[in-house]
Amino acid sequence: MATKAESRLTTFKLVSFALVGAWLIIAAFPFLWTIWGSFKVQGDFFSKADWTNAVFGVLTTRETGGAFTSNGYFGAWVQEEFWKNVLNTLVIVFFTVIISLTFGTLGGYALARSGFRYAFWILMAALIFRAMPHITLVSGYMLPFFEWNIWGLKGTAIIVLVAINQPFTLWMLHSFFKNIPKDMDESAMVDGCTRFQAFWHVIVPVMWPGVITTGLFSFLLAYNDYAVTSMLLSKPNETMVPAVASFLGSVQVQGNIMFAVAAVVSATAPLFVLILFFQRQIVSGLTAGAVKG
Amino acid sequence: MKHRTFFWFILPTLSAMILFIALPIVSVFIQSLFVEHEQVLVVSESCGPFGCTQTTSIDTEATEALRADSPLGQYNGLGTYFDRSHLATAEVAEIWKASTGLASFVDGIMDLKFYKALVFTLTYTFVVTPAVLILGLAIAVGVNNLPKALRGIAIFISLLPFLVATIVGSMILSWMLDGEGIIGATLQNIFNDPSLTIKSSTPLMWIALIIYGIWHTLPFSFIVFYAGLQTVPGDTLEAAKVDGANKWQTMINVVVPHLMPLVSFVTLMLLMDNFRVFEPIVSFQAEAHAQSLSTFILSDLREAGNPLYASAGATSILTIIGVAILLSPVVVRTWRDFSAKSH
Amino acid sequence: MLFRNFMAAGAVASLMGTAAFADCGPSGNSVRILGSDFPAIQAVAGAAEANCGSNAGEFTINLRDNTRDMMNQALTPNPAEYTSVIVANSTLTQLMNDDLVRPLNDLVAKYGSHLSPNQLITIDGNVMAVAFMANSQHLFTRTDILEQAGVSGTPSTVDEIIDAAEAIRAAGIMEHPIAMNMKVGWNVGEVFNLFFLAHGGEMFQAGSAEPNVNSPAGLAALADIARLAEYAHPDHLSHASNETQALWEAGQVAMAMMWGSRGGAVLDAEGSTEEVTSNTLLSAAPTAGGGSIPAATLWWDGVTIAKNIADADAEATFAALVGGLKSDLMAEHNDKAIWLIDGFTPGPAAAGVSATAAGGAKPYPMIPYINFMHNALGSELVDFYKGTESAEDALADVEAAYRTAAKEAGFLQ
Repeated sequence: MATKAESRLTTFKLVSFALVGAWLIIAAFPFLWTIWGSFKVQGDFFSKADWTNAVFGVLTTRETGGAFTSNGYFGAWVQEEFWKNVLNTLVIVFFTVIISLTFGTLGGYALARSGFRYAFWILMAALIFRAMPHITLVSGYMLPFFEWNIWGLKGTAIIVLVAINQPFTLWMLHSFFKNIPKDMDESAMVDGCTRFQAFWHVIVPVMWPGVITTGLFSFLLAYNDYAVTSMLLSKPNETMVPAVASFLGSVQVQGNIMFAVAAVVSATAPLFVLILFFQRQIVSGLTAGAVKG
Repeated sequence: MKHRTFFWFILPTLSAMILFIALPIVSVFIQSLFVEHEQVLVVSESCGPFGCTQTTSIDTEATEALRADSPLGQYNGLGTYFDRSHLATAEVAEIWKASTGLASFVDGIMDLKFYKALVFTLTYTFVVTPAVLILGLAIAVGVNNLPKALRGIAIFISLLPFLVATIVGSMILSWMLDGEGIIGATLQNIFNDPSLTIKSSTPLMWIALIIYGIWHTLPFSFIVFYAGLQTVPGDTLEAAKVDGANKWQTMINVVVPHLMPLVSFVTLMLLMDNFRVFEPIVSFQAEAHAQSLSTFILSDLREAGNPLYASAGATSILTIIGVAILLSPVVVRTWRDFSAKSH
Repeated sequence: MLFRNFMAAGAVASLMGTAAFADCGPSGNSVRILGSDFPAIQAVAGAAEANCGSNAGEFTINLRDNTRDMMNQALTPNPAEYTSVIVANSTLTQLMNDDLVRPLNDLVAKYGSHLSPNQLITIDGNVMAVAFMANSQHLFTRTDILEQAGVSGTPSTVDEIIDAAEAIRAAGIMEHPIAMNMKVGWNVGEVFNLFFLAHGGEMFQAGSAEPNVNSPAGLAALADIARLAEYAHPDHLSHASNETQALWEAGQVAMAMMWGSRGGAVLDAEGSTEEVTSNTLLSAAPTAGGGSIPAATLWWDGVTIAKNIADADAEATFAALVGGLKSDLMAEHNDKAIWLIDGFTPGPAAAGVSATAAGGAKPYPMIPYINFMHNALGSELVDFYKGTESAEDALADVEAAYRTAAKEAGFLQ
């Protein structure tokens, strides 16, 4: 009996390890391939003739003299001034995250503590809001923004990003606050605190794991956005993702694909660092946030 | 919580959503009920670098006068929703009458772009969503069984596909799938057919899009389930073991039921995002083989030059309705939970 | 932007002599230019800033990829976001449909004495735009490969192209010797336009917005395209200019229908081999069905002035932009476009467009509802090209889709 269970266990483990191994390769391979390829020339990156060219850099050696070249990075960062897009991204993402979290924390807390029906309906409305295609929203904003002379500004993009990401933020933070026992803030109120004082002194100190996790998601939504940033920002305020898209060329001129590859790698690199630092918060926050989902 | 306190807490988030999402939805809906005024046209001579021709143009003054009378345009009711670009009720009825059997009816329906897009969107949604749920759970269990030292790195790698912008992630894959990319070229070598390309074959393109969809969203369900597994009570697992249940049985009877609330949450988000599939189609240059409601909106708003707001509005509202229908079972469940908690 | 300003500063230095003579109109006004981001427009906008940047109170240039998607919204408020938009045939129509650009007759009289009459885009007696460059699709051929396959001369009709393609395939040189911009959407619609016009088709019934593409000319056009597509790369439904240019520069095709504006990039050394560039010949677009009209649409790019702005801003903007369209610009940027400006000396890159225009190709129609037809063609012909629908059915679908859009836009009732 014992041996039988033991052997089943092994099969189970073997299968699951194989699956995890396969998944990790599939998840990582495109990134490793792209990072590797970003130091080659375009002929090697595509390498129609023989894919091993991409590994050994045959054309790269022929064109530049070495098996690796940083031409793509030089072109993107120096020639096309990609660093400006990076700076714009940092500003926009920073403020989007801060404002999203402030709004979402207050709203999520209120929804988690209110037993009234309308709290449920607000949550449902937020779901419906999230279903609205962003392209329609963005096209609708353009005319009023031009009328009010606020089109193209970083601030405008920040407010829009905050607003259209509120439904997700609200849902996550709401379910997170549901996991913080009601007794904590209610006993503070019995002691004479107002609701806001109870929130500030009792809830705020314990909410950070959930807020950090939600913040990471707000960060990613703003950092990765294309629909809003490509249409609502003027050229000097453009962020990284639309800049990468424009390296690929337009109707009139052929782009430089290797600039785009280098920029993609540069745009992804901060995310690697981010995951390394925050993986525990992401996981613990999701646990706290989603269990009651 | 008192109504007044609730109001102040919810005010910032609610006003942001009302201003930037709810009001636009209302205005989009209103716009979808109207069509443009009849355009007053004039024919005149137009000249340019390539000679002169008689061309038509809009008499803007006359048209402006019409517009001043009723700025929204002509009221069309739900007409736009039922026209050929959307539900196409008249065309469907005609095809029904003309059809000789189910096959010819389906064939006729597939000529209407709304239904063609719907077929792709639903196929995509109902393949990707369960696949992501099941694989996500399986990988979460697998990672949970890994030695502690390896878990961190496994989670780190797993998050990569989710954390990269759709437009960037699918761009990378699109290059690899290209006839000249590693995957495309390898496929050609395997099947020894140099004319075999993913971008010229509808079934292959659908498969590529679906695989991309799974690859991109799997980390989301994986992380949520992995987190959920940490909360499975140890004594329940012990009890199952004592009762003689093996790993698989424990999995089905103990772990999965415990994770059900999480499954609802993930399903809700996945269904919604998959139904609005858009960026992969554009990045994979798959428009010849797959369209979705979102690509129609783009076409109405951008490709048409002067935007067709009514048509785009109707498609947007239909998207919301589609999402609402898809989500309704999960929403009903949440409502029950909510009622149970508040009483 | 900084980079562009820096370039402009360089241009100022080199153009010092002319800057003194430039008439920039009233000073201290605001000039705000919107345009697509490509070298010819960079040159025109750069020259305007170099000449008149110091005269203007505010001078901004916004060149970006998706101008078409935002120009109407940007010009609607009063004052408009931009004082000038650089447009082409179809985008001028798009702006005029909403009455957003002003007639330029008096400004042309005051500042445009150096313009040649064919630069003026005149509609019903009103000058609505000042064109500065031309463009069209035309044939690119690899003379060495045609020779190798035993084809003599340059193909000038669709039939000759197909014969040549068959010869190349039969000789085992290339399996897919033809490239065309057939990406689903705008490009696929445009390819239909080329052959439809070459077969003498009229898009609309005379004097009305009723569609007229489901006609013998439409069927003939589709038949020609299908015969050519037979020899095109299997991925052709995902190929736009960037992909076809890449195929050409990689030496993988022998004949292509591409834009003239790509000629310069194809002929220069960058991204290609000596073998390809030295054997590339640019010639007129082919004729079809025994007719004499080349399968191409002629395009121009030009300057418009927004309607909803102060007259003084309009005057300063016009003076700055149009004042720069002179031979000095040609001296510096001759090979960046096929210019319509005096002093342009056509180089080898311009040969194809010149021959196509001389051959009597039709301009892209400036009709208010053409964009809806183009959009319908772009989305409904796919089934035919994939081989799942007959030409008649596909064209009937096009007309039905067009009617739906045109009704919504008020052109059909």
